[in-house]
Amino acid sequence: MSGPDRPGGLPVLLPFVAPRSEARLRPAHAWLLCGLGTVALPAWAQAGTASLPPLEVVLKWAPLLLTGFAFNVAISLMAMLLGTLAGTGLGLAMLAEGAVLRRVAWAVTQVFRNVPWLVLLFFVMFLVPFQVTVFGLRVPLPDWVKATFGFSLPVMANVAEIVRGAVRSVPTTQWEAAESLAFTRRQILWRIILPQCAKRMLPPWMNVYALIAMATVQASIVGVTEMLTLTAQVHAAEGGRPELFAPLYGFALLCFFLYCYPIDRLTARLERRFETR
Amino acid sequence: MAGPRPEDWSPDQPIVQLIDVHKSFGSFEVLKGISFDVRKGEVVCIIGPSGSGKSTLIRCINALVPVTAGTIRVEGIEVADPKLDKLALRRKVGMVFQQYNLFPHKTALANVMMAPIHVLGQDRREVEVRARALLAKVRLAGKEDAYPGELSGGQQQRVAIARSLAMRPDVMLFDEVTAALDPETVKEVLVTIRELAEEGMTCLLVTHEMNFARDVADHIYFTDRGVIVEHGPPATFFASAQDERTRRFLSQVL
Amino acid sequence: MIEAVQGWFQRLYETTGLNFTVFYDPYDWNRYIGGLRMTLLLSVTTILASLVIGAVGALLQSGPSRLLRGLVNGFVVVFRNTPPLVQIFFFYFGLGTLLPALRTADGLRIPLLDNVQWAILSLSLFAGAFNVEIFRSGIEAVPRTTAEAAEALGYTRFKAYRHVVLPLALRVCLPALNNNLINLLKTTTLAYAIAVPETLYAVKQIWSESQNVLEMMLVLLATYAVLVGLLVWIMHRWERALRIPGYGR
Repeated sequence: MSGPDRPGGLPVLLPFVAPRSEARLRPAHAWLLCGLGTVALPAWAQAGTASLPPLEVVLKWAPLLLTGFAFNVAISLMAMLLGTLAGTGLGLAMLAEGAVLRRVAWAVTQVFRNVPWLVLLFFVMFLVPFQVTVFGLRVPLPDWVKATFGFSLPVMANVAEIVRGAVRSVPTTQWEAAESLAFTRRQILWRIILPQCAKRMLPPWMNVYALIAMATVQASIVGVTEMLTLTAQVHAAEGGRPELFAPLYGFALLCFFLYCYPIDRLTARLERRFETR
Repeated sequence: MAGPRPEDWSPDQPIVQLIDVHKSFGSFEVLKGISFDVRKGEVVCIIGPSGSGKSTLIRCINALVPVTAGTIRVEGIEVADPKLDKLALRRKVGMVFQQYNLFPHKTALANVMMAPIHVLGQDRREVEVRARALLAKVRLAGKEDAYPGELSGGQQQRVAIARSLAMRPDVMLFDEVTAALDPETVKEVLVTIRELAEEGMTCLLVTHEMNFARDVADHIYFTDRGVIVEHGPPATFFASAQDERTRRFLSQVL
Repeated sequence: MIEAVQGWFQRLYETTGLNFTVFYDPYDWNRYIGGLRMTLLLSVTTILASLVIGAVGALLQSGPSRLLRGLVNGFVVVFRNTPPLVQIFFFYFGLGTLLPALRTADGLRIPLLDNVQWAILSLSLFAGAFNVEIFRSGIEAVPRTTAEAAEALGYTRFKAYRHVVLPLALRVCLPALNNNLINLLKTTTLAYAIAVPETLYAVKQIWSESQNVLEMMLVLLATYAVLVGLLVWIMHRWERALRIPGYGR
């Protein structure tokens, strides 16, 4: 009769919840995905008899390209690990009692959140030396390590923001209750507050992961060999025929889609579940 | 469909007429054959336990909810007609909701002015004069520039009544308009409705306010599980209810 | 004035070795400004186009046609879950080479769309896919009963959308829109990959010729900090202008 809204309970009043995709694939969409592949069809007709048809080129090189994709996934996982560790620290620093630490952490977060990821990547690639000396030991830093480091910076800033937001969302009464039980600040944070909001942090954290996984292709711009670099090389190896571009890049789109779409759905499902509680 | 045409309607006929109205949501039948008339200037109250289809019934009358079967006529307009001119119907029928449903992004005055300007295309200055008068009538002079979020529930509900009156309806529908209000603001809204009734406005109310119904209504209908169980003028209705369900309900709420 | 600034940066170079060529060498300065202009052009056009795509998509998504709804859904799902850089490559190299090209009098091949236009097209589609979701969630957040009240007052569905639902939906989705547009501004750097001379591209050219990576890196960071800051400021102004008294958070 009255629906879920209470008097005055308009959404304008409520804290904003970032929208989650309601769009999902249904069987009817299958053809749309196939459409990505069939862009190659007109090209197929143009292709000379001497050269392989585009789809066969993709199949022939798929193992190599998939190795490249696996490398993208590896970079994203490492960047996520590094970024999450650093970001948790940074997020907690933003909640620290010392005003100086809090402000510095806030400024660092803002900078790394708002600078384009590609610019951060350039920053790390050009300004971090190719080797570092630790305890008199020369450790070489290959490009992909630097790239991983470059990707972990925006992850760090985003995770920091997630941690801060989640901790803030726990009602202050929880802090008061714990304080009145003589817990120390550190104990309250680790034993009472963080366990409560870990669940709430999971969906946005997964979101950041999907973003970083998709961003790893930017490493090709700064000369790290990954899937897109290999795709360009494969294209050159097949004689640089223009009609090969669409199927080859289409294949890359497909790989990322098959990897990121399930993450997106899972994130959406977790979010809905946590919302209803 | 054979039946009276709107041109044939005259004020001595019922202004609202329901004949054997059915409404189902899926396989669940909410209204199982409701019939009654409301005459011009009458105040009719519909009471009954929650979930007995009262709100659905009142929503059917201005075509917010389509009926499954049966006939509803408002001033001779066939509401179930697929070619129904909803605008023409809603000019005649005003509605006030339980949750006020004011437009939160507009001031009280703008809320009252919006529909006459956007829907009827009336002159803004003329509408403003009328809107200010209506707000004064519901005792909200001085609150013209307040936004709904800045008003109490009772004040918002009175703005909603003024908003509806601005369309100059012939019939007003009130859907549990005091159910969401604080006890102390219920009275101010009921006073406004009573004044309307005394001025001769035709009113159809779904309500839980039994004392109000007893004082103001010309006729009371008691519905339960989609049918009208009992009806009559307040004096007889409250004094000598025949049906067991009615008596049980009255003993709970009175 | 300009000479004073130029002189100051020249002295800075001579005394400290910090070589901000952009601020005293007119050639580098013009390149930098050209890049900045291109970034602004990309940002403004893609922001506007993505808003239109988002609004139209959200409208179709709540529309009656199953086919259109399915198409919009597919578009949203694909563009949200694939890397924007690969999208740009797919459009520019993949589709760009398939499109018929014009030829000049002396036989030079002129593509139908140049790299800047492809960048604008694919970035708009990318951000537009997110905007569809954002607008849809905003429309859904407007209580059904509020739209019902408009209907009861005789509003047609379209008029109720225009005067009641959309103004409220916009307010609900503004924070998310805010984020997405800032993200779009940052994503314009990807146009670098297809040689669109935007800020990153121009700055990289300057540092490879003038050998001042660190200095230009700082200029680059500062540039984006200012651009993002500017957009945040504009969006906040807008948010404040739309705030409803009594509904403040």
